[in-house]
Amino acid sequence: MSMIHFSVTALRKQLAAKEISPVEVVDALLARIEAIDPQVKAYLHVDAAAAREAAKSADVTRPLGGVPIAIKDVLNVKGDPCTCASKILKGYIAPYDATTIGKLRDAGAILLGRTNMDEFAMGSSTENSSWGSTRNPWSLAHIPGGSSGGSAAAVGAHEAFAALGSDTGGSIRQPAALCGCVGLKPTYGRVSRFGLVAFASSLDQIGPFTKTVEDAALLMNVLSGHDPLDNTSSRQQVPDLTARLTGDIKGMKLGVPKEYFIEGIDPQVDAAVKAAIAKYQELGAEIVEISLPHTEHAVAVYYILATAEASANLARFDGVRYGTRAEKPTGVLDMYGRTRAEGFGPEVKRRIILGTYVLSSGYADAYYKHAQKVQELIRQDFHKAFEKVDAILTPTSPTAAFKAGERTASPLQMYLADIFTIAVNLAGVCGISLPCGFTMPEGDTPRLPIGLQIIGPNWGEETILRAGHAYEQSTGWHKELPPI
Amino acid sequence: MEYEAVIGLEVHVQLKTNTKMFCGCINKYGGLPNTHVCPICLGMPGVMPTPNHDAVVKTILTGLMLECNIATRCKFDRKNYFYPDMPKNYQISQYDEPLCEGGAVTLNLLAYPKDAQKLETTVVDKKVRLVRIHLEEDVAKSQHDEGQSGVDFNRAGTPLMEIVSEADMRTPEEAFAYLTALKQILIYGNVSDADMEKGQLRCDVNVSVRPKGQEKFGTKCEIKNLNSISAVRRSLKYEIDRQIEVVSEGGTIRQETRRWNDVKGETAVMRIKEQAHDYRYFPEPDLLPLNTSLGLRSEAEVLMPELPSAKKARLATQYGVSEYQASVLSSEVALADYFEKAAEAAKDKGLVANFLLNDYLAINSDLSTIAVPAPWFSELANELTAGKINSKQAKEVFGLMVSDNPGNLTPLEIIKAKGFVQVTDTGALEAWCDQAIANGARSVADYKAGKVAALNALKGQVMKLSKGQANPQTVGEILEQKLKAL
Repeated sequence: MSMIHFSVTALRKQLAAKEISPVEVVDALLARIEAIDPQVKAYLHVDAAAAREAAKSADVTRPLGGVPIAIKDVLNVKGDPCTCASKILKGYIAPYDATTIGKLRDAGAILLGRTNMDEFAMGSSTENSSWGSTRNPWSLAHIPGGSSGGSAAAVGAHEAFAALGSDTGGSIRQPAALCGCVGLKPTYGRVSRFGLVAFASSLDQIGPFTKTVEDAALLMNVLSGHDPLDNTSSRQQVPDLTARLTGDIKGMKLGVPKEYFIEGIDPQVDAAVKAAIAKYQELGAEIVEISLPHTEHAVAVYYILATAEASANLARFDGVRYGTRAEKPTGVLDMYGRTRAEGFGPEVKRRIILGTYVLSSGYADAYYKHAQKVQELIRQDFHKAFEKVDAILTPTSPTAAFKAGERTASPLQMYLADIFTIAVNLAGVCGISLPCGFTMPEGDTPRLPIGLQIIGPNWGEETILRAGHAYEQSTGWHKELPPI
Repeated sequence: MEYEAVIGLEVHVQLKTNTKMFCGCINKYGGLPNTHVCPICLGMPGVMPTPNHDAVVKTILTGLMLECNIATRCKFDRKNYFYPDMPKNYQISQYDEPLCEGGAVTLNLLAYPKDAQKLETTVVDKKVRLVRIHLEEDVAKSQHDEGQSGVDFNRAGTPLMEIVSEADMRTPEEAFAYLTALKQILIYGNVSDADMEKGQLRCDVNVSVRPKGQEKFGTKCEIKNLNSISAVRRSLKYEIDRQIEVVSEGGTIRQETRRWNDVKGETAVMRIKEQAHDYRYFPEPDLLPLNTSLGLRSEAEVLMPELPSAKKARLATQYGVSEYQASVLSSEVALADYFEKAAEAAKDKGLVANFLLNDYLAINSDLSTIAVPAPWFSELANELTAGKINSKQAKEVFGLMVSDNPGNLTPLEIIKAKGFVQVTDTGALEAWCDQAIANGARSVADYKAGKVAALNALKGQVMKLSKGQANPQTVGEILEQKLKAL
């Protein structure tokens, strides 16, 4: 096992003991990136010189001192490009730091590169990137999931010790599951969104990708908390999330919702998650069957509310102030029309049109307002469930990673990849995905990771991290290395 | 047939706050283009709005001053449309839950145009009801040159209050009075400087005509590009005449937006309203709903000023000035404050009001920038009240004090320098009177023949002999006695 395979926690110990230096760490990581990223294509932009420079002066006494972290291309890092994997933001250089970036800097982290994603975080395979698709480190013929596929693949391939992603309907948890790493979607309002290029503002949250649950807790300690620049960020107190990772979960009540074990779910995923549930029982947790009756409406509600907000959020990309502008416009409408026609990819256009439609006068009541009401019912489902249980166990994704190109022709099929993660965003609660097994190799398809999702109530990060950590430590799936 | 107009106004008011509505940029008129900007008000990717506390408080204060219902809970919404002066291509505004609803603006007499104040048709203290007041952000300014356009974002994100009236006005003069009274209140509350020339107060007019007695509204037109209160009045007069002419000739009014041309003095079609614009409003997900009961309302209540009508009543009773004087004095907070300081030490407060409103106005029509220290008014008035100088001398001292005072002398110093004293010693006065009677045989004869005015000629003589220092009232009395005794 080489230095690049360390968890953040292990790396920090080595750095603090001066067994290794931040410069050595950065060099090792850059070598790894150079060796395998041409195949994985997790990164869009790596500023090696800046990372080496930062490593020289890194303060290893800080919480993330000297730890290189990869950033999804949807977050503003001052002086860096931030394209959201879209042609429309080609040439845009971020003039400010996102709040989470500032927090990482304060914690001593080294910002290492921007990771690929589905354009404007719209997609589940990272195939909607304008700059080419990212591949799964466990099988280069497969997709890494999305939209934060670059961050997931970078951590899964040990090209990063940790990464930031954003999750609107599963964009952290689903790729984490497919790439065999840990991904956490915080409670809405737990982490500041300032500086995150918005897809659906009422659902977006920034969260970490890590190799272990403990690392996720460590990053959440740094990222969480109120931000005066994000009006929707909570003043709820942030506990030390690493403090209670004891491995002891005796008496914890874990709900299993019957609506999440449905026809169409891959039998190997079903089996792996059920095995995980059995493991929890073994660890002393109480398993309770629960119901989240409005689950089946989550995808429909999501594609109305998220696209409605997106249609407004993406209106600012008009060629007037930054990014690309169509050549030789004949007038303002021509400039808007061609800038956006040329700048946005097909999935983004599809969602803008959908979102514009559901807000239009005469349709808003039937679609947008109706969806808001159903969202409330979904929220109630979770709140009722959490009166009975401490956390909920589900598969993260109905299948393991699929082959590149397999679903690009069918948007609806692609949307179903997030069927188990979307409701969590609609309810605003938190969720984590962690490895719980692998599929059997079949034909030219090697073994692929399977993810377990643990859903917690509002501000329940501590609970899901505790539950995740106990399972992880008793199984060891996280120690498996990808073939690459 | 007799027609009447139906007028409603939509007024946008820039709030006087230190910073913009949703970011920390300075809120200041002018400046080099794009110098008062930041990623937030430029709508850069990833930025989020933070509501300006003072702007919310000042909007609530406006609502309190205009007797609106203040919502306990309200929210912001996104109003979607594409335009280069809109950084995000949506405006953060308030749609179905505004901060304030209801309320009214009272049209006091002085708010009407001067020439309309005495008209019989002028309805004094008419109440124009308000529909709502909401808070939003201003847009940038587009500038079009030949072949290219530029956008200055300095104004983008300035806190903007939209005040929508009911269609309660019936004449251009009422619209004029509405804006004047509204502006007065906005300035009273220190909510806005409300300068139309600087775009701090902007007004869109909706107007229709209908046969008098008919309840149903006619088809309305909207007038834009109104840069002064008088332009609002003139444009309305033009537009009402135009509409009446069309209707009385059997034509129909088309719903349209018309542009006022101030030079030509006419309105012209700007665009035809085919259908309502679909702004696709939805709740702003980047902002939590506002709860005004958690301190915002009470903060506004603390800022509540004495309103013009209350101030007027108080000035009349406290200082014994006439109702008209009280109206003029209370028309501007600064003037009223000045008056109160000027009259503070005066024995006769009315004298100070006269100095300020009659003598000062004769010299300088702008009451808002008086450079004279306020206590001088009392000092001068008290000299006059005590009979130490006469009114003619007081006027002269006042003139010097206000407009010809290089040494910055106080009224007492001016009196001393001028050697002004009022002679009340009857011995001296009688001697001057005797001399005037002896020299003015003709006037004496006239007086005896019943021409009372002839007394003034004799009085003038005495004043001349005394070099203006005689007490004119005493002189008059002595002359009368002496003439009667002849």
